[in-house]
Parts: sequence; structure tokens; C-alpha cells
Amino acid sequence: MKKKKLALRLAQILVVLVGISFVTFLLTYLSPGDPVRNMYTAAGIMPTEELVAETREELGLNDPLPTQYLRWLRNCLRGDFGKSYTLNKPVTELLLGRLWPTVKLTLLSMGLMLLMAVPLGMLSAVYKDRWIDYLVRGLTFIGCAMPNFWVGLLLMLAFCVHINAFPVISSAGDLRSIFLPALTLALAMSSKYTRQVRTAVLEELNQDYVVGARARGVRESVILWRNVFPNALLPLITMFGLSVGSLLGGTSVVEVIFSYPGLGNLAVSAITSSDYNLIQGYVLWLALIYMVINLLVDASYGAVDPRMRAKEQIR
Amino acid sequence: MKKKNFFLAHKQFTFFLILALLIILGAVFAPVVTGGADPLKGSLTEALEAPSRAHIFGTDKMGRDIFTRVIYGARASLSATFGVVALIFLVGTAAGVTAGYFGGWVDGVIMRVADMMLAFPGLVLALAVAGIMGASSRNAIIAIVLVNWTKYARLSRSLVLKIRDRDYVSAAIVTGSKTKHMLFSYMLPNALPTLIITATTDIGGMMLELAALSFLGFGTRPPAPEWGYMLNEGRACMQSAPWMMIFPGLAIFLVVVVFNMLGDSVRDILDPKEA
Repeated sequence: MKKKKLALRLAQILVVLVGISFVTFLLTYLSPGDPVRNMYTAAGIMPTEELVAETREELGLNDPLPTQYLRWLRNCLRGDFGKSYTLNKPVTELLLGRLWPTVKLTLLSMGLMLLMAVPLGMLSAVYKDRWIDYLVRGLTFIGCAMPNFWVGLLLMLAFCVHINAFPVISSAGDLRSIFLPALTLALAMSSKYTRQVRTAVLEELNQDYVVGARARGVRESVILWRNVFPNALLPLITMFGLSVGSLLGGTSVVEVIFSYPGLGNLAVSAITSSDYNLIQGYVLWLALIYMVINLLVDASYGAVDPRMRAKEQIR
Repeated sequence: MKKKNFFLAHKQFTFFLILALLIILGAVFAPVVTGGADPLKGSLTEALEAPSRAHIFGTDKMGRDIFTRVIYGARASLSATFGVVALIFLVGTAAGVTAGYFGGWVDGVIMRVADMMLAFPGLVLALAVAGIMGASSRNAIIAIVLVNWTKYARLSRSLVLKIRDRDYVSAAIVTGSKTKHMLFSYMLPNALPTLIITATTDIGGMMLELAALSFLGFGTRPPAPEWGYMLNEGRACMQSAPWMMIFPGLAIFLVVVVFNMLGDSVRDILDPKEA
């Protein structure tokens, strides 16, 4: 059963990837920008009409759509996503070079987010309808309505311009320069998570086993951390997986603000300069990463929750 | 009489509805609110002035009054947001109701496409679509609709499936009700309340997504005033003119708060069990 399910998911991933590859290819094919001209202007050359026509022929941009698509797909399967027009380097190399900074940013912001959301959510649930709960709920509400790029700009204004605690441009990649972008992302996410933690903990606190444990005189802190917390964790894992995936793509705004050398920044500049090969490679890679992460998250349920494991075995 | 009672009974809803209407009216009557100032013209002698009595939000680097631009910017942001919400509502509901009602291969095709969109980080696709098709507010709207319609499709499909096999539905079909009648008089009304709740709660989120796209330069083209892009301009002058980024951001924030609260109160009214 388990193996069949896995195979099904893998097949699904493959279908989605092919679909996405076709859509992105079609979009770039139909788009108004001219990659050849962009390529030359990026290199500082004003191309003549003949040169443009010649290069188009050379790159195979004059072939019919299906031919171009199939040729591109065949190369992709070999791991060759072509060369970036503007940066004149293989797309795979460029993407891999930017992957680690973005992963680093993602992980750090997830960590910071958990540091904020878990204690706040638990506090808010344990002291339900007391002032601290109202305060936390108010904060999460504000957090949900703040555009994350605005938060980033405000943080920058406070910490880089007024007190020179952090560099304005985070291209160095050390901890000091990664902190503010990560904090921006963490703040934006933590409101959603705090609410989720609160709801999950409240739900668990209403369960019979909590009443039972209290009646037996088990200390409240033990109930909270040994029983309630692990159970409340499960819904978080699903969200966690989705967040990691969407962060990998969603960091672009913050990366642009802080000039952070990550995937998102690369993608935005690729898009503004109509660097099609790079855009296609980026979209496909991210789709693949995202789906693999979701698969791993689903697979991890069994490891985290014994109830799920039991269900699998019964089937 | 009954109407009055309704508004009195739901004070939270009434309060935020009035605020939302005020925001919309402010955008519609922008020339009146700003006293006839031009959002596109400024005098360079007044560039980068701090907030003062003449320019309560200050001026930008071209000497344009930020207050005027923020008020006019509401037009672009609100119309784009409402456009997006209306479109995802229509497209998603149409797709979902069709898939749920007809089932079979129709269902298969629609839902597989929806799965494909879901198996994908939303902003990446929106960026790619908006970027590849060229920056304009229309393309930004298309990009965001493309990414977000699936939620409504799934929701309306599941709502339709819930009643699809009820006896009264089968009875209506057997007694010769036309398909059109079935869709519009049986399926749609059943799904509508939940979908309306979702749509109102989505307004704030969609506004944020649109603002993010135009912040990156993939939305409304300058010099037209738009909050996201104004923030982008403000970023460059952060040190010398922080008011350039504070007020447009505040505008987005406040409008999103109002519409989120409005959405919450609509949900409380239409769906009391979730409150």
C-alpha cells in the first residue's frame, strides 16, 4: 500500500512538472520581450538587424513551437537548462550558486518564527481570554495585515539607518547581514503560526486525557509540555512543509529589499531582463523542490504521530 | 425596519462596512478629498519635503504631494483587488460547480489542472507570469487570478458534491429540470454563502499580493500612483525621506485591516458555528 502510494505521488510530480514546463515555455514563447535584443543590450552592444536575425537562427528561436519545446525538454532532462542570456553562464550553475543562500535564509527565518510563534501561541492558549491572550491576538491580527515588504523597510529604517546595527545591503551572507531579512520573513509568518499554535493547543486542552491527568494531580507544566505540546505539533508540520516551500519562492520580495544574493533576487532580475532560460529553469527547479518537500512532509506524519502509523498498518 | 435591526444587531459588521465604504468613497472622490491637487505633477523646488501643513504626508523626489498620491493610489489598489477577487470568485466557482455537478472526465480535467496549480509555490508562478507577459496592472491581475482560482474551485466542488446525490436533487433531474436550472437554482445557491465568506476574507490577502507584485515593479507602471510601487520609490530615498515609504505602507496596512475585519464579521454573521 505504502509503496503504491509513493509511486503514485512520484508519477503525479512528474505529470505536474511536464505541465508546468509546457506552461512556462508557452508563456515565454508568447511574451512580447525579445531575448536576443536583451542579450546584446545586456552585453552593451547595439545589435544590427542582421545580427539579431542571425542569432535568432543560431539559438533556434525561429523553429516552430513544438520543435523548440521538445528540444528544450530533452536538454532539461539531461540537466541542461541552457545558458542565461544576460549573465552568460549555464542556468543550472547560476541556480545552484544561489540555492544555498536562500535555503539558509529560509531555515533561519523558520527558526526565528518558531521561537516567536510557539511560546506566544502557547501562552495565549493557556491564558485564554486574559489580557495576555488579547495582546497576542491583537499582535497577530496586526501582523497579518502588514505587507512583509513594508515590515522589511521599517526594520531597515530602524536598524540600518537610525541605529547602525546592521548593514543595509545584505550581500555579504554572514549572520549579521542575514538577520534582518530572516527577521522580516519570520515576523510575517509568525502571526499565522501563533494563531495555529493557539487553536491546536486549545483543542488539545479540551481533551478528556487532560482532565484525567489534572484529576490525578499531574503538574500542569508536565501536562502542557509532555502531553499537549507533542499532540498540538501535528497540524503544524503540514503548515511547516507548505511554508518552507512557499518561502523558497516567496523570499524574493525580501531578498530584493535587502539586496540579498538569493534565488528570488536572481529570478526577479531574470524576469526584468527577459532572461527566459533562467526563468524557466528557476520555475521548474522550485516546483520540483516544493513538491519533494511536500512529499517528505506527508511521509513524516507516520514518524511523528503513532496514530497515523497504526492506521497505515491496519490498512 | 428589519434592515435597521440587522445593522444594529451586527455592530462590528456595520462599523467596518462604514469604514470600507468610506475608503471606497475616498478613492472615488479623490479629487475632492485632495482639494484638486494633481497626483502626477509636482514642482521640483518642493522635492523631498518633510511632512508639513502644506504637504501633510510630505513630498517625493519629484515634488509630488504624497497625500494626494496615496489617496489616488487607493483607486488603483482597490480596483485591482476587487477585480482579482471578483475574477477568482467567478472562474473558481464556475470551474468547481461544473466539475462537481458533471463529474467524470470533466471533473478529472478541471481538478487535475487545479492540482497542478496547487502543487506549486504561488508567488513564483505569479512572478513568472506577470514578468514574462510584461509589467502592467492587467497582467498582474491575470497572474494572481491564475494562481488563486483553485481554492474556490475546490471549495465549490466539495459543496456541490455534498448535495449532488441528495434525493431532492435526483427528483428534480428525473422530473425534467434543465441542466441550466439545476446549476443555477440548486447547485449555486447551496455553495454561495461559503464562497462569499471566503471572498470577503480574501480581499486583504489579495491586496497584499498585488502590492508585492507592484512593489517588485510588475504591476501598475509609473508615474501612475499605486501603493506598492510608491513603497518601491520610497525605498531608494529611505535615508533622506522616510515618509515616502511610511505613508503608502500605512495605507495598505489600514485598508487590509478594515477588509480583514469586515471579512471576519461577515463570516460571523453567515456562519455562526465557526465563530
